[in-house]
Amino acid sequence: MSNDIKPRIELKGITKAFPGVLANDAVSFKVEPGEIHALLGENGAGKSTLVKMIYGIMQPDAGEIVWDGEPVMVANPKAARKMGVGMVFQHFSLFEAMTVLENIALGMDGSLSQSKLEEKIREVLHTYDLKLDPHRIVSTLSVGERQRIEIVRALLLEPQLLIMDEPTSVLTPQEVAQLFETLRRLSKTGCSILYISHKLHEIRDLCEAATILRGGKVVGECDPRKETPTSMAEMMIGGNLKQISKAASREFGDDRFIADGLTIAGQGDFGVALDDICFTVRAGEVFGIAGVAGNGQNELLLALSGEEPSSPADAIRLDSHAIAEMDAVGRRNLGLCAVPEERNGHGAVVDFSLTDNTILTARDRMELSSNGIVYGGAARTFAGQVIDDFAVKTTGPGSLAGSLSGGNLQKFIMGREILQNPEVLIVSQPTWGVDAGAAAAIHQALVDLAENGSAILVISQDLDELLALCDRLAVINEGRLSKTLNVGEATIDEIGLLMGGVHGDPFATAEMTEAVHAH
Amino acid sequence: MLIELEKRKEPSKAMLYLTPVIAVVATMLAGAIIFSLIGHDGFGAVRKIFLAPLLDTYKWQDLGVKAAPLILIGVGLAIGFRANVWNIGAEGQYIMGGLAGTGVALATWGMTGWWILPLMCIAGIVGGAAYAGIPAFLKTRLNVNEILSSLMLTYVAIQVLYYLMRGPWKDPDGFNFPQTRLFTDDQILPTVIPSTVVHLGVPLAFVVAIAAWFVLSRSVFGFQIRVVGAAPAAARYGGFNTNKTIWAALLAGGGLAGFAGILEAAGPFGQMVPQFPTGYGFTAIIVAFLGRLHPIGIVLAGIILAVTYVGGELAQSSIGLPAAATGVFQAMMLFFLLATDVLVKYRIRFASAAKAGDAA
Repeated sequence: MSNDIKPRIELKGITKAFPGVLANDAVSFKVEPGEIHALLGENGAGKSTLVKMIYGIMQPDAGEIVWDGEPVMVANPKAARKMGVGMVFQHFSLFEAMTVLENIALGMDGSLSQSKLEEKIREVLHTYDLKLDPHRIVSTLSVGERQRIEIVRALLLEPQLLIMDEPTSVLTPQEVAQLFETLRRLSKTGCSILYISHKLHEIRDLCEAATILRGGKVVGECDPRKETPTSMAEMMIGGNLKQISKAASREFGDDRFIADGLTIAGQGDFGVALDDICFTVRAGEVFGIAGVAGNGQNELLLALSGEEPSSPADAIRLDSHAIAEMDAVGRRNLGLCAVPEERNGHGAVVDFSLTDNTILTARDRMELSSNGIVYGGAARTFAGQVIDDFAVKTTGPGSLAGSLSGGNLQKFIMGREILQNPEVLIVSQPTWGVDAGAAAAIHQALVDLAENGSAILVISQDLDELLALCDRLAVINEGRLSKTLNVGEATIDEIGLLMGGVHGDPFATAEMTEAVHAH
Repeated sequence: MLIELEKRKEPSKAMLYLTPVIAVVATMLAGAIIFSLIGHDGFGAVRKIFLAPLLDTYKWQDLGVKAAPLILIGVGLAIGFRANVWNIGAEGQYIMGGLAGTGVALATWGMTGWWILPLMCIAGIVGGAAYAGIPAFLKTRLNVNEILSSLMLTYVAIQVLYYLMRGPWKDPDGFNFPQTRLFTDDQILPTVIPSTVVHLGVPLAFVVAIAAWFVLSRSVFGFQIRVVGAAPAAARYGGFNTNKTIWAALLAGGGLAGFAGILEAAGPFGQMVPQFPTGYGFTAIIVAFLGRLHPIGIVLAGIILAVTYVGGELAQSSIGLPAAATGVFQAMMLFFLLATDVLVKYRIRFASAAKAGDAA
């Protein structure tokens, strides 16, 4: 870039404090016109707070935002949009029962006739080669297509800066490739892109510059194309990245945990039906279930953990026990423990102390109660043991679960289940929103548990995680489970196609899926 | 100067215990001002209502008798409220418990034996619990909101009471007054302190509160109640059945309200009359919240509300305060409690004007 071109946006010493934390501490960086700039950092590094200030959702306590050379005050998102900032959020705000067109019309600041708006939408779709039918009802669309609505909504305003917050966490590898194509096209027109992610290989593929945040401070800047994922990760966490140590060749025991034709009708309008789920996890094995969110993972976890009993009884078996009709307590007593995806209010009660949270699932196996009486002392001791063994950062067993950071609470929940020494452990999204240090510790604990002969089932949307952790895996798509693949032999492309390939093109998906099966 | 609310990292324990006190003090202040403004001796009224019953040792027995049903019903409601089961119909369950016990009394009229009174109490508990079973059934089977069903059933219970008093259960020797026969000696609660009105129900209420404290804090059932209220998904994950919990919470609340009902009928009333519903079931909602849904807190709150009842009567006779004043004070207490509750999770911060100017 030559010097006479002013940066599109420049942040100077932006500081923002919340009670107890300094979310951003004198953050400065700039984004050039047409640049795809990555904002990189672990959960809690301050990325979201920073972009919320650029988009006018929050105001900085100190510092200055300079837009095209002019210092500006972004009072609210409307002002940000007027300035030329577009944002695509991680969580979409769409009305399920309305069409794409109606949803976009609702989000517009000015008023525009339906036909005019549709014309403009089609123009944007054409320019960026995006596939989306403006008259489809949102509830019938895949997550990838929904994200496209948000992108179109942002592009209609002809933004000078587009902020994308963790856009790929809900996409298949093929959809990610398509998204990147769109973003590259957009940057060629001069629009700058601020891309927030912690997925390093994606940033290496896409971005020309990166600013790395840690603990609210800028700790480095780099050209991702010249870095390796490991080098960026080490800048991000500020230390050496631990690799999972896993014995290369391991012996597996008997079939320990089996689903055999598990079929459950979908509940409600947006529930997913499970259709003839079959898999076998052997003793000592880590078995993965990949898939894009919302394809039946939640329903599967509830059915397997016993929160939603089903029939016939032998559709789920643990060793020689037919357990599908049992409730969660019965299954736990046989040695089946589970960790759900949602930590707050499902895996743990945020308003309860850590001690009370051990009583939630460990009261029988760890003898924290008997004859209906709770032993507070035993529970406190067990909570302390979990805190020590899993290096949970907290002031003690008496602190509220809600006062722990996401990663620490996840470590506590995982520790609570693992220390019960389960025969079978089912984990959904073990490292969702967890920092890299905690994620490594959780992964290691899972591998160690498997080495002791437990059967482990990991449900995750993070393919990298599954490939690193699992011995075998299968893919869930629309409530159906694919054939089982050996991790050593499966390619990302193959798994991606099983995940549903490019959503919104059913013929291509069917064709590709067939090709994979034939393969 | 700007006043900001800032979320606390953890709910303040101190505020949890302090806000009921703040609410009571604020009620006294606001009450004094309001009644002064409308031409009464406001400060005199507050002194009469809140202090006179405590200073006059002769009134203590009345406090005990008024507090007993409030504590019993309040404890039962607290079990439900902790599980997020909003039983607003304790008044109806109280009436039905009273009626069920009265039914036993009328059926055993003329008989003697130690067993009659316990049987009446059991009938009272079962009657109240069964009446609370209706909202439980509707909630668990048809997902009917228990707030509405339990509240509306209260008015049904009142009509049942009126019907029985004017028809089938009317005292045949009662000169056509709509009330039952007087209970016999074996059907009346004995006094526990001689030459006072303190009947057996008063110590029983305290025993129940202590037992409930133990169950809620130390038992798996108490844990289940708390976890279902705090996080239903976590409760299911922990293996607790939500529907069973709803049933248990409503049956416990109804049973204790019914118990309070028969203790009132067999205690202070000594018969069943159409004036039986005195609003204890509704006032107990204030008691439960003022006592922080904690059985021991509820004992204290029950005594405070009893003070306002006794004091309200004193103020009526001595300084001519209207009867509705008692209700006004009780309602203000709940109002101020709910208003100050925000301090448990938030703290007040006074942002300086200079800084506010910077941000603008």
